[in-house]
Amino acid sequence: MGKFFAVILVVITLASAYPIVTHKFVQPEDISTHGHAIDEQLADTMAEGGFAFVGAQLLLAFFVWKFSSRKDGSKVTHLPGGAKLMVATAFILVGTEVLALGVLGQKAWADVYFTSPKPDALQVQAQAGQFAFYFRYPGADGKFAPLHPDKIDEGNQNYFGLDPANDVEARDDIVTAEMTIPVNREIHLLMHAKDVGHSFYVRELRIQQDFVPGLDLSLHFTATKTGKYEIVCTQLCGLGHYNMKAYLNVLPQDEFEKWLKDRAAEQ
Amino acid sequence: MASTPYQHVASRSIVEGSGHSHATQSGIWVGIFAITMSFAAFTSALMVRQGTGDWRHIELPPIIYLNTVALLLSSITLERARSRATHGSRSQLRDALPWLAATLALGLVFIAGQYFVWRQLASAGLYLATTSNSSFFYVFTAMHALHLLGGIAALTYLIARIAPRQAPPRWSLFEGAAIYWHFMSVLWLYLLVVIAMRL
Amino acid sequence: MEEAAVQPAHVHAPPEGFISKYIFSLDHKMIGKQYYGLALVSVFMGMVLSWLMRFHLVWPDVKVPALGALAPTGAPGGLITPEYYLSLLTMHGTLMVFFVLTNAPFAGFGNYFLPIQIGAEDMAFPRFNMMSFWTTFVGFLVLVLAFFIPDGPPTSGWTAYAPLSAVGKDAGPGLGWGQNLWAISIAIFCVGQLLGSLNFISTTLDLRAKGMTLMRMPICTWAWFITSCIGLLAFAVLLPACLLLLLDRMAGTSFFIPSGLVVSDRLQNHAGGSPLLWQHLFWFFGHPEVYIAILPAVGIVSHVLVTSMRKPLLSAKVLIYSMMSIGFLSWMVWGHHMFVSGMNPFSSLLFSFPTLTITIPATIITLIWLGSLYGANIQITSASLFALGFVSMFVSGGVSGFFLAQPSIDIYLHATYFVVGHFHMVMGVAAIFGILSGTYFWFPKMSGRMMNETLGKLHFWITFVGTYCIFMPFHYLGLVGNVRRYASFVDDFMAPLMPVHKFISIAAFITGAAQLIFLYNLIHSRFRGKVAPENPWNATSLEWSIPSPPPWNNFGGRHPVVFHDPYQYGVKGSKGDFVMQDSPEQITNG
Repeated sequence: MGKFFAVILVVITLASAYPIVTHKFVQPEDISTHGHAIDEQLADTMAEGGFAFVGAQLLLAFFVWKFSSRKDGSKVTHLPGGAKLMVATAFILVGTEVLALGVLGQKAWADVYFTSPKPDALQVQAQAGQFAFYFRYPGADGKFAPLHPDKIDEGNQNYFGLDPANDVEARDDIVTAEMTIPVNREIHLLMHAKDVGHSFYVRELRIQQDFVPGLDLSLHFTATKTGKYEIVCTQLCGLGHYNMKAYLNVLPQDEFEKWLKDRAAEQ
Repeated sequence: MASTPYQHVASRSIVEGSGHSHATQSGIWVGIFAITMSFAAFTSALMVRQGTGDWRHIELPPIIYLNTVALLLSSITLERARSRATHGSRSQLRDALPWLAATLALGLVFIAGQYFVWRQLASAGLYLATTSNSSFFYVFTAMHALHLLGGIAALTYLIARIAPRQAPPRWSLFEGAAIYWHFMSVLWLYLLVVIAMRL
Repeated sequence: MEEAAVQPAHVHAPPEGFISKYIFSLDHKMIGKQYYGLALVSVFMGMVLSWLMRFHLVWPDVKVPALGALAPTGAPGGLITPEYYLSLLTMHGTLMVFFVLTNAPFAGFGNYFLPIQIGAEDMAFPRFNMMSFWTTFVGFLVLVLAFFIPDGPPTSGWTAYAPLSAVGKDAGPGLGWGQNLWAISIAIFCVGQLLGSLNFISTTLDLRAKGMTLMRMPICTWAWFITSCIGLLAFAVLLPACLLLLLDRMAGTSFFIPSGLVVSDRLQNHAGGSPLLWQHLFWFFGHPEVYIAILPAVGIVSHVLVTSMRKPLLSAKVLIYSMMSIGFLSWMVWGHHMFVSGMNPFSSLLFSFPTLTITIPATIITLIWLGSLYGANIQITSASLFALGFVSMFVSGGVSGFFLAQPSIDIYLHATYFVVGHFHMVMGVAAIFGILSGTYFWFPKMSGRMMNETLGKLHFWITFVGTYCIFMPFHYLGLVGNVRRYASFVDDFMAPLMPVHKFISIAAFITGAAQLIFLYNLIHSRFRGKVAPENPWNATSLEWSIPSPPPWNNFGGRHPVVFHDPYQYGVKGSKGDFVMQDSPEQITNG
């Protein structure tokens, strides 16, 4: 039965590797400026991890095949090199590779988090609340009005709790249910949570970041391709979590300007 | 291993090899380690929360210092009890009895005093949920008091066992209770410093 | 302290009467069985919950017959609501992580075998031991009570992130009394575990038999000892966290809730709290917790493998030191659950390095196993099959962890099925394989009867293949960006992935059904199994030197003396191919 184990394990290993090797399950196309570093990191890790996975499973299968159900009277023998060899392998082979990937991976992380948004980045604020995203643009004055939670009134579409009567800056703020941005322009996304924890995830943009109530968080990114993409919530926020999403529309610059003007007129 | 202090005491209580009495000792230290970790968690919660803005310093009611003195005194009386009982015979255990009783009384004084501290805070309008400071104050002091009650229960049990015609308590239990009690004093000193400096 | 001195004549009197023998027993063996039994009930409950979840994801419009009657609010007409899906998910995770994976391999087998393996009559504090089980049991009852209250069980996941879990019923169904019961249950569970860990530590340090130095303890004893050290500190942090959560929920404090939150149109009366504080406290416990779940299985599997291979490991000492390093490193990595949580991104990098470093001891352990298999004479039994299967699962789960340890990759994979695949591989499969291996191995000792090997092997094959079929595809789904904790898949890109989900669900039902083979085997063998000899596996550790099942005081009043470590297999010059730990037989090595 040891040989049967070996065979089954080999089949499982090859079957597991097959969809990866044939690229049957891959990330969607990267439409961001920073994403290629993440994708490369992922590909490198897949190669190293894949090698380790296949190697270890095949080795296990081979040893079980060879060293199980042996003839009576077979003597046990020991691997030359013993534990020292295993420890050395772990440190040298695995340790250096793993840490190297960690060090190399810093750049991809730094690109997202350790750079500041450019001064002329387009500011958009996203608010996450059970169970919808709303977006706000600062309008002609370029300023976001303060938020007043006590003034939130969904029935009257005051999702953010703006107070145009008392706050001058609020009068030109543009609130939408879809996030529309121009292509090839850096976006500075300000993130505000209305009630509980949520998260902002756009697969194609290779960004994901939680909304934390009480914290002013932000992200910046640049989309390089026009199109319609999904923003989904990935932090469990209640019964509507599965359905909490919005669309990200990436438009050419001139269409974006027009869109913004139209929205401003509607407010 | 060191011989236990009163091996010559005949006992209906458990025949004791050093393995077992040592287990009680190590058990107390393990327990102390766990409790320390819990208070470390509470402290780190305080540190994290102090990052945000709404901290209003609490004026500590002076009685809290009296309570502190009572607790520290109780550690001293407990040590006197221990040195009386070290020589181990039942009559010497009875010598320790007044000191044990004093320790217990001082412990109860501390608890009562803490209750008064809470009353005074309440009259100043500071309840559990009033401010972040007050929340931590009540949590720290209540958790300490709760653990001290455990020590008080142990002392009560010891005193009851030293009574005539009872089988004397195991020495390791006495030692263990003493170590725990002293830990409660040390813990209180630490909490007082945190409370005074940070809340 | 190398050797403990002679032990007391008896730790407690022999039990008499049904209640003190089977209910409020001071005997570590009965307590171990009670923990195991509780874990068995919990795992079947948890499995049923997962079936309901998998069924709902793939056939959301098909009525589940009895469910409408059992859960009229959660599944009216037999159709699971989104909130009930989240309740199932929360209770599944909570039951599995706490009441199965902490109970069975650690509290269950550890309680039963640690004292015996070190040559002791019982644990150091039998009364605390009994209290620890019953406390855990009360915690279980409180948790399960949540199914029966009108508002239903909590819906915030086993991780119960604030403020969702902290603001109360405004946040949605299940977040009223359901969440309170959860927090109370877990707090009670913490107390039970603290009592248990206390016992394990003191017993290991102080009650070892003559000749049983620390390095002569079997690897699984070491694993339980290390686990209890981790558990002592981890549960000591979770308990305060649950207390603070309860205070936020019931006393109006704001440890985890900031100001200005509008939940269900109501402005919440809180201020100054930090949701990230909950995450830090929870994961400071939560990461060591997963090592609490896996290390006993590592120990059990090593123990079973050595016996099955008829040769010692390349180096037991190296394996033990590796387990210790994992235990040590486990305290430094909690932030890897929080890479995109909004905490300081520099911290994320800091946390990723120890996380990646844990790969090293984990690899050493795996290579020691693999390297030891070379030249072995592997005896194939149900126990050894599950042990070998564990090695395979440990590799699979470990490799996927390697992806998630890197913050940059985590940006894409966080909160996807990739994570779910990773932790199910290591916890939901590997750790379970450790429990199953231990069961098949130690059942003869515990019950005096052998389990049916044919059924055991059948159980293994279906489970081994089945769990790969269930959980390997989770990784593929994650790579595409399939988000987790969704009650339904309504996103455009999900439609082509539904056949994969169907495959997973069907595999889950088949694999789950196969566990009934195991249950049948357990029960049938208990009453009708072949009578077991004292040492059916020709093993060396002390549990195999006493009758099956052992007498109430383990060694019948004698004090065992130990002469060797437990790896004396294939020894030159020995009479058989093994030498027991308490045999004075002189040998050339060890």
